[in-house]
Amino acid sequence: MNLSAEARAGALVVYVGEERLDAAIAIRFKDRMREITQQPSRRVILDMSRIDFLDSSGLGAVVAVMKSLAPTRSLELAGLTPNVAKVFRLTRMDSVFPIHETIEAATSEGVRHAG
Amino acid sequence: MQVDRSARFGDAAKRERPEAQIFHHSFPADPLSVRTALRAAIARFMRQLTADEAGTLELILAEVLNNIVEHSYGEDGVGTITLSMVRDRRGLSCSVSDDGVALPMGCLRAPDPALSSRPEPAELPEGGFGWFLIRDLAEDLGYRRENDRNLLAFRLPLGITENPG
Repeated sequence: MNLSAEARAGALVVYVGEERLDAAIAIRFKDRMREITQQPSRRVILDMSRIDFLDSSGLGAVVAVMKSLAPTRSLELAGLTPNVAKVFRLTRMDSVFPIHETIEAATSEGVRHAG
Repeated sequence: MQVDRSARFGDAAKRERPEAQIFHHSFPADPLSVRTALRAAIARFMRQLTADEAGTLELILAEVLNNIVEHSYGEDGVGTITLSMVRDRRGLSCSVSDDGVALPMGCLRAPDPALSSRPEPAELPEGGFGWFLIRDLAEDLGYRRENDRNLLAFRLPLGITENPG
């Protein structure tokens, strides 16, 4: 499970260095994210730009990470490739995560104050 | 009609004569063997698929195969999966068989067809998306239990343009 993290612009950016986030690694992903997010940061941004395949187990793991951070911390997503974006769209889970084009966009725009 | 189609869609003629018609593969029911089988299946049909179709095919197959690994052979975790795919004019016809426990019939269709079977996003579900995605993306989904085997069949339509008008 290849994950690396860095603090950037007040957020914890976690880069997923895997081409697949699927049933084969979903549990390890959750475990490693639990360790990494022990670093304090209100925003956690997941860089998914390397991932070109996400299945329902991978999606469930991302949701589990978000729930483990709530309610005081947020999980945001960046760099979704077309196949990954499709899974979020079909399941409508794109409505529950802040989704950014890139990590750069996510860290420069900061927290969006909608409305 | 045939002439019309090839005139309008330049690639259609090429897609009418696929190079690989059949894929057949048996493999152990574990997550890494599923990954390998997916890679082989996608590679076999890659040249006949758009990137979007390849992504959809891989997603449906992954959900079906991982469901067998996790639920059909869940107890002792040992078993074999057989995947067969045939390319025809309308798309890819797929069938998957295993010797595990019977599939609960509720998986194949939503209890009330009028309601969406999609888990409610606001409830932050961590599971339940697999069969929703299969039902949403696959066509002609059918299941039969025969001689203690599960046989699941479905079709992936190919070559449909998003905006035929």
